[in-house]
Amino acid sequence: MEWVNTILQGVLLGGLYAMFAAGLSLIFGVMRLVNIAHGDLIVLAAYVALVTVQTLGINPILSLVIVVPVMAIIGYTLQRGLLNRTLGDDLLPPLLVTFGLSVIIQNGLLELFTADSVKLNAGAVEIESIAVGGGLAVGVLPLAQFALAVVVIAGLQWLFYRTALGRAFRATSDDPSVARLMGLNNAHVFALAMALSLAIVAVAGVLLAVRANFDPAIGPARLIFGFEAVIIGGLGSMWGTLAGGIILGVAQAVGAQLDPGWNLLAGHIAFLVVLALRPQGLFPKVQG
Amino acid sequence: MADPLLQVRALDAHYGDFQALFGVSMRVTEGEVVAVIGANGAGKSTLLKCIAGAMPVRRNAIQYYGVSIGGDPAHEVVSRGIALVPEGRRLFPSLTVEENLLIGGQLGRKGPWNLKRVYGLFPMLEQHRHQPSPSLSGGQQQMVAIGRALMSNPRLLLCDEISLGLAPIVIRDIYASIPAIAAEGLSLVIVEQDIVQALKTARHVYCLQEGRVALQGEAKTLTREKISAAYFGV
Repeated sequence: MEWVNTILQGVLLGGLYAMFAAGLSLIFGVMRLVNIAHGDLIVLAAYVALVTVQTLGINPILSLVIVVPVMAIIGYTLQRGLLNRTLGDDLLPPLLVTFGLSVIIQNGLLELFTADSVKLNAGAVEIESIAVGGGLAVGVLPLAQFALAVVVIAGLQWLFYRTALGRAFRATSDDPSVARLMGLNNAHVFALAMALSLAIVAVAGVLLAVRANFDPAIGPARLIFGFEAVIIGGLGSMWGTLAGGIILGVAQAVGAQLDPGWNLLAGHIAFLVVLALRPQGLFPKVQG
Repeated sequence: MADPLLQVRALDAHYGDFQALFGVSMRVTEGEVVAVIGANGAGKSTLLKCIAGAMPVRRNAIQYYGVSIGGDPAHEVVSRGIALVPEGRRLFPSLTVEENLLIGGQLGRKGPWNLKRVYGLFPMLEQHRHQPSPSLSGGQQQMVAIGRALMSNPRLLLCDEISLGLAPIVIRDIYASIPAIAAEGLSLVIVEQDIVQALKTARHVYCLQEGRVALQGEAKTLTREKISAAYFGV
């Protein structure tokens, strides 16, 4: 029963990892930009939530109403003002610029908020749980987080394949120069993709901040979890990304159960095993 | 005299240090079909790219209804009513047939063309509407590419080698659609290597040779000898 519990907790954690990964995968898919600052942007969103909660005295979950649009606006501006200028045939400039951005965000947050770790308090809901039989109980908050991750992934899938914006994303991803000939302003399309990515980052940041302690330095590790979930699941597949997050979460939970020191190591090993046996990921996008 | 639909004036174009066009001038009036012929590398596709905004050019080198639009970004040029059917079709491979058409129509310009009209022009596309575009035959893909450009309801349609790599019978089918398109009042510039097809379709013909206009005139006044001299430069 202990093992069932471990796996269950791992699955629920995987939802959060999938959310770290979804924004990353979206940006890479639309504009081939590897956003090294992704993890730090998650932490930035957590601090935006912290300030919102402290200023307005509202519940962290409610702060999403403010944090999501704020991060989306930051994303749009960042893309149009800076990142669009780095895009081209060469993959290196966006890598370098987002790496620099990562350093700037970390140090900026350190300057403003110190290195002390903080946490958002969501109140009584944090310790509520649902008994599922056999002596097992599932926390309401982790369950809600997982459900939210599924909703976000499903929403992205719907947006990509059922809406005009998703069509524009896919067309621009296929062939940016022809997309321009069809009247799509790539600079605007890319900025909308980044806005969407950071809206997801906002949700992930708030969930992270409610779940555990955070400080300005934890961004890069979140980036790695995101990358690992994307690669395990296979590039370009949203449901694959969810599966990748779950596998990573379960591996970490199982590792921690065997020996608390193996928590992160087990996740990395699972990633390496998938990479060695199936480099294209478990559910790569099938080219139609 | 009223401003023509399109006026190209002393257009130069460069790829880095290489100059592809030298002082090319061209005129397209309302409702006219103009053909641009010439050998490989003569600069035909470059000319269309310059008009469509896909290459940097001098501002007053391209005038549309008397307004200088040279160097405007491609997405603004298409919103003014100039659409390009690119060489090699260049459909979006991850989109279905219908999604490709809808991308062409996403600017929402007013005009006669919509999904229904495009399916009316190319009936065989309708039964494949939900298929991925790479699953279609070359001729069908070319129809999608033309339909996609029409969906933006252009005043001027630029067609870059729409016969390229297609069987003669398919080329005939595709060219059969040109009069129906022109009947809607829009003008066409057709870049073509097939001279017979070009002379049959267009009223006015320009022949490019190594980036310069070597010959131009009414299609019916041009003799075979004149054309081959201009074409090959012999």
